[in-house]
Amino acid sequence: MCATCGCGINETGSHSHGHDHPHDHAAEGRLISIERDILAKNAGFAAGNRRLFTERGVFALNLVSSPGSGKTTLLAQTVQTLREEFPVAVIGGDQQTARDAERIQAAGAPAVQINTGKGCHLDAHGVGHALEQLPIPEGGVLFIENVGNLVCPADFDLGEADKVVVLSVTEGEDKPLKYANIFSAARLMLLNKTDLLPYVDFEVERCLEYARRVNPDIQILQLSARTGDGMVAWLDWVRQGQQAVLAQQISRLEAELTSARARLAVSGR
Amino acid sequence: MHEMALAESILNIVEETARNQAATRVTGLRLEIGELANVESEALQFCLDVVLRGSLADGAQVEILTIPGQGQCLECGAIVRLSTLYDPCPQCDGYPVRPAGGQEMRVKDIRVE
Ligand SMILES: Nc1nc2c(ncn2[C@@H]2O[C@H](COP(=O)(O)OP(=O)(O)O)[C@@H](O)[C@H]2O)c(=O)[nH]1
Ligand SMILES: [Mg+2]
Ligand SMILES: [Zn+2]
Repeated sequence: MCATCGCGINETGSHSHGHDHPHDHAAEGRLISIERDILAKNAGFAAGNRRLFTERGVFALNLVSSPGSGKTTLLAQTVQTLREEFPVAVIGGDQQTARDAERIQAAGAPAVQINTGKGCHLDAHGVGHALEQLPIPEGGVLFIENVGNLVCPADFDLGEADKVVVLSVTEGEDKPLKYANIFSAARLMLLNKTDLLPYVDFEVERCLEYARRVNPDIQILQLSARTGDGMVAWLDWVRQGQQAVLAQQISRLEAELTSARARLAVSGR
Repeated sequence: MHEMALAESILNIVEETARNQAATRVTGLRLEIGELANVESEALQFCLDVVLRGSLADGAQVEILTIPGQGQCLECGAIVRLSTLYDPCPQCDGYPVRPAGGQEMRVKDIRVE
């Protein structure tokens, strides 16, 4: 039997398959083992971005959600406050326009837009190039607003410290189950538009339970980017992440300093 | 649809490997996809049909091997089969079950001439 296609012909020599191509039964070819992650290339670029963030002490967040959940509104409010405290910058992914970047710039932060065209997610390579067009927010925070889509961005590591999934109360409480992969990949879920809760059928507790079911470790904050309700807790969450990155940078630099001093002591002997 | 991006990444890996091995044609391709991975196997098959056309791997037989999902129940501690990220533990009916395998997406091997 032909091992290539499973057809029943067992004589040697060439024959043609109706569905594909002629091939030679005397030479069935070699099997080459690969065992490589399909997204290995993206992972390589993501590692490069992550190295840059580590070196420059940048806390990088990848915000994912469906279109219209309020990411840009939230980020405009967020950078307006935080830019007084440390450097901030925003990379936005959008299929067509640069409107989101303009909204962020109006709020006083550097922003660059990546137009993905038909692409439904950002990838680490594109983010790497966007970083060349931005002042790196050294010792501060980089917010990456992903393309509005709850499926595809789950797979593409951008080099961020954490994914933040934004869900608004107008979208239905079952979304964590329907888009389990992205809720499973996120460190934090922001439940936005809580000002609209009186007007929609949305069972908050059930939604939170669903989110914890697919991700036992997920942290959850509720807020309204419109009224500012709950914003303080979110801003504190970001500040804590930024401080943790700075603390890591300090211990890394101290370790480098110690080993440089040790080398000097040895060579000066 | 990110299956298209996945298919393109797969083609990249396949072509790079085939070139390194001085192969002229790829006749078979096997993928390992975890049951809990964020992929629709049918959509991936479709995208591969499109992407492989005209390449070194045009007409290659594509086989997708499913790696079963696994998780640990945080209620009872049992290691259990898990076919979605939100299923309850089949032993105690509890939640949540932390996934511990079955999220991989790999190119396993290729057959070349
Ligand atoms: N009521 C209410 N509307 C909001 C809130 N946050 C954002 N919006 C509105 O939701 C719409 C989409 O917001 P946008 O920030 O563009 O969402 P994005 O697509 O996720 O970036 C806009 O009309 C916003 O004004 C909120 O907390 N409450
Ligand atoms: Mg937006
Ligand atoms: Zn259990």
